[in-house]
Amino acid sequence: MAAVNLQASCSSGLASEDDANVGSQIGEAERLERPPRRQQPRNNYGSSNQDQPDAAILAVPNVVMREPSGPRSSRLPGGGGGGASGELEEEQGLKYGAQHVIKLFVPVSLCMLVVVATINSISFYNSTDVYLLYTPFHEQSPEPSVKFWSALANSLILMSVVVVMTFLLIVLYKKRCYRIIHGWLILSSFMLLFIFTYLYLEELLRAYNIPMDYPTALLIMWNFGVVGMMSIHWQGPLRLQQGYLIFVAALMALVFIKYLPEWTAWAVLAAISIWDLIAVLSPRGPLRILVETAQERNEQIFPALIYSSTVVYALVNTVTPQQSQATASSSPSSSNSTTTTRATQNSLASPEAAAASGLRTGNSHPRQNQRDDGSVLATEGMPLVTFKSNLRGNAEAAGFTQEWSANLSERVARRQIEVQSTQSGNAQRSNEYRTVTAPDQNHPDGQEERGIKLGLGDFIFYSVLVGKASSYGDWTTTIACFVAILIGLCLTLLLLAIWRKALPALPISITFGLIFCFATSAVVKPFMEDLSAKQVFI
Amino acid sequence: MTLPEFFGCTFIAFGPPFALFVFTIANDPVRIIILIAAAFFWLLSLLISSLWYALIPLKEFLAFGVVFSVCFQEGFRYIIYRILRSTEQGLHAVAEDTRVTDNKHILAYVSGLGFGIISGMFALVNVLADMSGPGTMGLKGGTELFFVTSAAQALSIILLHTFWSVIFFNAFDTNNYIHIGYVVGSHLFVSLITLLNANELYTTTLLINYLVTILTGVLAFRVAGGTSRSFRKFITCQ
Repeated sequence: MAAVNLQASCSSGLASEDDANVGSQIGEAERLERPPRRQQPRNNYGSSNQDQPDAAILAVPNVVMREPSGPRSSRLPGGGGGGASGELEEEQGLKYGAQHVIKLFVPVSLCMLVVVATINSISFYNSTDVYLLYTPFHEQSPEPSVKFWSALANSLILMSVVVVMTFLLIVLYKKRCYRIIHGWLILSSFMLLFIFTYLYLEELLRAYNIPMDYPTALLIMWNFGVVGMMSIHWQGPLRLQQGYLIFVAALMALVFIKYLPEWTAWAVLAAISIWDLIAVLSPRGPLRILVETAQERNEQIFPALIYSSTVVYALVNTVTPQQSQATASSSPSSSNSTTTTRATQNSLASPEAAAASGLRTGNSHPRQNQRDDGSVLATEGMPLVTFKSNLRGNAEAAGFTQEWSANLSERVARRQIEVQSTQSGNAQRSNEYRTVTAPDQNHPDGQEERGIKLGLGDFIFYSVLVGKASSYGDWTTTIACFVAILIGLCLTLLLLAIWRKALPALPISITFGLIFCFATSAVVKPFMEDLSAKQVFI
Repeated sequence: MTLPEFFGCTFIAFGPPFALFVFTIANDPVRIIILIAAAFFWLLSLLISSLWYALIPLKEFLAFGVVFSVCFQEGFRYIIYRILRSTEQGLHAVAEDTRVTDNKHILAYVSGLGFGIISGMFALVNVLADMSGPGTMGLKGGTELFFVTSAAQALSIILLHTFWSVIFFNAFDTNNYIHIGYVVGSHLFVSLITLLNANELYTTTLLINYLVTILTGVLAFRVAGGTSRSFRKFITCQ
């Protein structure tokens, strides 16, 4: 429901040799990051995938490095010692991190905007008269203690439903019952896109007093819904899909705001963020299992559940069945087969794309692929990048590539020992190469490997919080919640850059949001009202 | 009449800051993050000052709360200064556009704008919500200038916060205590002058505040390395 997953990529870290160079020059941000980095392979579910491409590369550490590091250090002046390319690479990771923070800020803000605008213009969503089945206690008693208990009971019931559903999803996913899951998701998005959208349209028209005949309304609904179903579950322009996902999340948030009793909504927000923490972080947490399994299987998590900032359509998936079985059965760190690629790190591993093997660039023949194609770069990880330097006319690198492909098997055998001994070094090293070469491509596709995914559940509950805050009619509370949630999201993404594993996005944001919501409406609001009534500006 | 008034006042107060945001901030993710972080710090300062205001038994005297609020805001401006300076090297690494850290005034400007925007929003947003109707000021008592002056004051506060941050950051970099004193002093002065708004002395307060705004703007311009010659060059587009 709520896992943020920094796709990959963000370049992980310093190769051990570089540590000496980096030394004092790096800023605190990096310094903070380094210790966790060392343990990275153990934390990282996808480590089996990640180690592979590197393995081949590391055998020849110095060849390719030389050429790219020159122009790079001039490109980023004062990166703190041009020689330290590990550092450069880290900067790259954080740099894209900053970009991706914004790429999440925009949709989250849009979703909240839709909800807040709706709450403030359509009074239908502001009052609760009908209740969900899951909340049998309606909080109509005036006594606070009764309200408290009924809110607690309601939220517990709702949470147990959520927990059961999550486990059901995990079991179905583990058993590969894709059809059932897809049917389930399609059914629920069908309901949202047709029934709830129809309700929304009806209330919208009623609020603005616009008459509309049924044929027109049906035509609009049909077109809207069918396009939405297609773009969410099948394919469509990325923007359209993102737009629909945002709308669906906003609609779901409105449903929660409308049908949950007041204090139950707050209790649910608190409970769901705790559940999120457990589900993503505990070793047997269902969402963690989901993410792990998806990475093992080189699959994306269902697009109807996850908002991703980027989508790679042209995907390379070179995992053969027995390899995927191997990765599935063995622990991540022990599998060393060479052909596993970084496909998991891309947002969309659609079956069609995997079938479209025109782009297939298995490690066995890297030289046949002469495309300067960002998506390929994104999917392939290491070998392709060395290849890029080849394209750029780097004779040394070309020689390296030839030699490398010729001696591949030997190298692999050698590497298998090294991989086990210096795993962290490998991962870092490979990323170093990749990020070092990436910026020279200068085209946006190069960044596609670095998508961030945010569960739609996060969108929903952020919006529930902001919408609920705005339903009291005080705009300062709404703004305070908004800023607090964005800062919480920022911190989560910072932690994500440090820990590099799937993290729950709700706890920090929701905690901040709840604190600021109640603090603002209880303490700040009277003060600000006094000030603005007397036109005093501070 | 209420809706045009709403839009007019919105654009008076938030038009220039919005333009600043679009042209100088929006293209750089790092700046957006710093802007939001600054807004968050201002919120914290406001939270503390309203806690203070709620806890002490001097609620009748708004001036008391105002003075402490100004002190807390300047305190948080100092905190964000410390944070930005200590993470500067990290920021340098992160920033796509290295100007963010090469020119130290950019950080000051961005965080100042964050302070200003959130403070202007908090001051004005509920007034704006009331402004959009159905009622309005000035029909039965009160003055119809209430909304316009509020918007104009909010604009001056937003700009002032931006200028103050530029001066303040530079003053701490160069240990220029006069400038620090000027920032805190003029902030106190402006806030206390607005107390006169309660008596509808709008001309006085607006004149004085905009005078201070222009003065502070000139000072910030000079601090950031501008001269009269560069200003003339800028005006004549050379």
